[in-house]
Amino acid sequence: MNIESLNAQLLENQELTPDTDADQYLSFEMAGEEYGIDILTVQEIRGWEQTTSIPNSPDYIKGVMNLRGTIVPVLDLRSKFGLPSVAYTPVTVVIILTIEQDNTNKTIGIVVDAVSDVYAIDNIQLKVPPSLEQNKNRQYIKGLAQVDESTLILLNLNQVL
Amino acid sequence: MSIDLSQFFEVFYEESFEGLDVMEAGLLELQPGECETETINTIFRAAHSIKGGSGTFGFTSVTEFTHVVETLLDQIRDGRRALTQTHIDLLLQSVDCLRDMLQALKAGEEPDSEQASLLKLQFDTILAGSLNLPKNGATEPTNEPTEETETGSVTGWLINFIPGKDILKTGNEPLYLIQELAALGELSVDIDLSAVGNLTEIEPEDCYFKWQFSLKSDCKREAITEIFEWIEDECEIDITQLSLNRNLPQPDLLAESEQTELINHPADISDKLSPAEVSTVSDNLTETDKASTSVKPKVTKPTESGSIRVGIEKVDSLINMVGELVITQAMLTQLSEGEFDDAKLASLKAGLAQLAHNTRDLQESVMRIRMLPISSVFSRFPRLVRDTSKKLNKQIELKLLGEHTELDKTLMEKISDPMVHLVRNAMDHGLEPADERIAAGKNETGKITLNAYHQGGNIVIEIIDDGRGLNTQKIRQKAIINGLINESDELTDEQLNMLIFEPGFSTADAVSDLSGRGVGMDVVRRNIQALNGTVELASTPGEGSIFTIRLPLTLAILDGQLARVGEHIYIIPLVNIIESLQINAQHISNLGGELDILRLREDYIPIVRLYDVFSHQPSTQNLTDGLLVVVENENEKVGIFVDELLSQQQVVIKSLEANYFKVDGISGATILGDGTVSLILDIAGVVKLSGLSARHHAMLATQAELAQA
Amino acid sequence: MKKILAVDDSASMRQMVSFTLKKAGFDVTEAKDGVEALEIAKSHQFDLVISDVNMPNMDGITLISHLRGLAEYKFVPLLMLTTESGLEKKSAGKAAGATGWIVKPFNPDQLIATIGKVLR
Repeated sequence: MNIESLNAQLLENQELTPDTDADQYLSFEMAGEEYGIDILTVQEIRGWEQTTSIPNSPDYIKGVMNLRGTIVPVLDLRSKFGLPSVAYTPVTVVIILTIEQDNTNKTIGIVVDAVSDVYAIDNIQLKVPPSLEQNKNRQYIKGLAQVDESTLILLNLNQVL
Repeated sequence: MSIDLSQFFEVFYEESFEGLDVMEAGLLELQPGECETETINTIFRAAHSIKGGSGTFGFTSVTEFTHVVETLLDQIRDGRRALTQTHIDLLLQSVDCLRDMLQALKAGEEPDSEQASLLKLQFDTILAGSLNLPKNGATEPTNEPTEETETGSVTGWLINFIPGKDILKTGNEPLYLIQELAALGELSVDIDLSAVGNLTEIEPEDCYFKWQFSLKSDCKREAITEIFEWIEDECEIDITQLSLNRNLPQPDLLAESEQTELINHPADISDKLSPAEVSTVSDNLTETDKASTSVKPKVTKPTESGSIRVGIEKVDSLINMVGELVITQAMLTQLSEGEFDDAKLASLKAGLAQLAHNTRDLQESVMRIRMLPISSVFSRFPRLVRDTSKKLNKQIELKLLGEHTELDKTLMEKISDPMVHLVRNAMDHGLEPADERIAAGKNETGKITLNAYHQGGNIVIEIIDDGRGLNTQKIRQKAIINGLINESDELTDEQLNMLIFEPGFSTADAVSDLSGRGVGMDVVRRNIQALNGTVELASTPGEGSIFTIRLPLTLAILDGQLARVGEHIYIIPLVNIIESLQINAQHISNLGGELDILRLREDYIPIVRLYDVFSHQPSTQNLTDGLLVVVENENEKVGIFVDELLSQQQVVIKSLEANYFKVDGISGATILGDGTVSLILDIAGVVKLSGLSARHHAMLATQAELAQA
Repeated sequence: MKKILAVDDSASMRQMVSFTLKKAGFDVTEAKDGVEALEIAKSHQFDLVISDVNMPNMDGITLISHLRGLAEYKFVPLLMLTTESGLEKKSAGKAAGATGWIVKPFNPDQLIATIGKVLR
């Protein structure tokens, strides 16, 4: 799926508030796993472009980019989650989203391998397996959801900076 | 109708703060015993507006407090009470108190009532004292009529209404009044036309009608008197109660339901507006306000984005510029049509030059919108000088010059505190006591002058006192004791005087006539430097001192030097740069294997390698291959080593913290012409990161030894 | 649409009055003092003038007496916004030709209700 059609779908999904209990999630791939984030936090999806690095910042901070005049930090989610890093390719995308950090809203970009789809996920499906309780990234994991054949790891990226 | 009053709060706060400034300035002009009518009127009006607004918007605590302030002012204004120094002092304290209360409300907090109640007590004491003239009886409370106010026992009213002849000429319309009555209940109207004479003789503008109404309603008497409130003096109005079982028939079921329906609506009005008795109005309304939820101030989270008032001429000039821009754009568009040839190239160049010109003008105009006259900062000082001079028991005259000089609003807010510090010091330590001044052949009244003017792209603010000047020799001794300089150091008087801005230059007791001058001076300078500004000082013994603050006109734009380190491009604020140079290897010495020092003319300059500080991969580590940018940090020269220098340009400062964090050594970010982000260096931060400051003193000592060797 | 001229030196009060009246379907013009109001009232006819009393340059009472003296405003309702402490002001206002007054503080509902007495 290309970025333009994804952004269009994003807009559409945000405008249509579903009247069920289901929330819309944008799913993306990283190291063979599929993740999902609440679509309402997502502003847009962009292709990867070179950022300006911030001196003495953690490795997972790729730097800052210019989002229509606003300075936005970009974070490599693989690196943040301790997954092996890969070279960026044409399908590498940056998801621009709003998170809460220290009680203020911040706009950040996260670099992920590829964006896949938008799913409606019923809250009932949310469950966190005990095996994940010890995971070091536990604080960002909201739960797991079963979609079609695969498992989606739902994230909440507040305080991720 | 539901109207969210909170939308007016911002304007209310803004005008109230302005009103308080007006009050303060006015109060400072007043002298006890005098009664400068226009000044008192102005002060009164400001207090009155704050009271009116706070009442309307539901800030009861402010209304109550302003009420006593206003009452005293009113009595002084009318000459019923002579103005005393105590009054002026108390009123000034009230201004402060109100400012605090409003600030708290603005921040969404509950104002501290303690200060207000204490002051209110003082007002009550004053107001309880006798007046020059008897108080107007009208302001004494009269009792609310108590008859027939219990609901249930009243079923109706009989009203005789004989309007005054001139009622129409006051803009009152009996028809509307009757309609108002009808809204209270079931109304029957009888008209008496007996007074209408021969049609050829009557005055068409007069009213000849008389009415009798019977109103079936359990409304209160006040609801009726209120309708006639405006005309009761000119008209005969007679209201008699009709009680149950007597004049009115028992309402049947249908009538009852009809009545209820009618009452529902008028209850809205009758409960809220006041009866004719003036004095009770305030009580009634206060209670109504408490009950009415729409008036309660909502606790909204304070937003950082204040508002500014912009003169219409600034907006007009902006519109003009945009007009020009549109014309240029049209011209360029036209050029792009059709075949392109050499002739067009010249036009294109001219067009682009025009565009650059338009853009610059537009940018300046936009910046000008944020500019306000410095008088809003200066206006703090008459009060400060007055209070301090009383405390110090010195006669001090304050002179303000260049009050209309404009400055960015944000800068204005931030420069105020350092200025207060400098002015206070000038009064405390600069100006001599009266006897000393007389002995020195000076006017016994000391003089402080604040002067502001534009110079180049900067605003200059001078704080001038005609006091004794700095005692340079004592500063020198103190600096030697504190280890800031060596006994052998040859420093000019100016250099010595500047030492008072050094951190750790405490003059607390050793230099009695300077004591305190050193305290916090480093903070003053740091705060000014944080605004990309500088502070200098000139002093002549016996004649006084001049502190000169220089600030950029705005914080939003910065002249920057682009510098490259490896693949990274940083911006160094031009204001920090003294010079840039290629390093001559012969002039480099290395201290302890870690710190490189460049000898540049008579200076020894420590070198900070930017790639090192920022952990970047540089193009070269060889000092002679790159460039050294000599910058000034806290009056020390430091060399910043970079790979190369690129262009100089004006950049618009953007916040890095908005979506990220404060980064050491970086003051902000900007967007370059190609759309990429570039970070702006914070020189003080870079120097601190390099660890240079800690080793600074040791290095200075070694440097001195080297010089001798 | 009925036209109202709202006069007050306080911007917040002026905005509140104006906003409330506009919401109630009136056409509202604002003026910041008596001088400005008189100027505007001479060039445009209004169905109602609501004025604060304490204002710089020209106060509300002076404004009312000037307006009442104009042929175009002979019968036009002229209301003053006043405070509870201003009874003298009320008599002075009436003497100047004011139709009536609205006591501060008031809320939007009270304002609309009161205007019903003179403008429909």
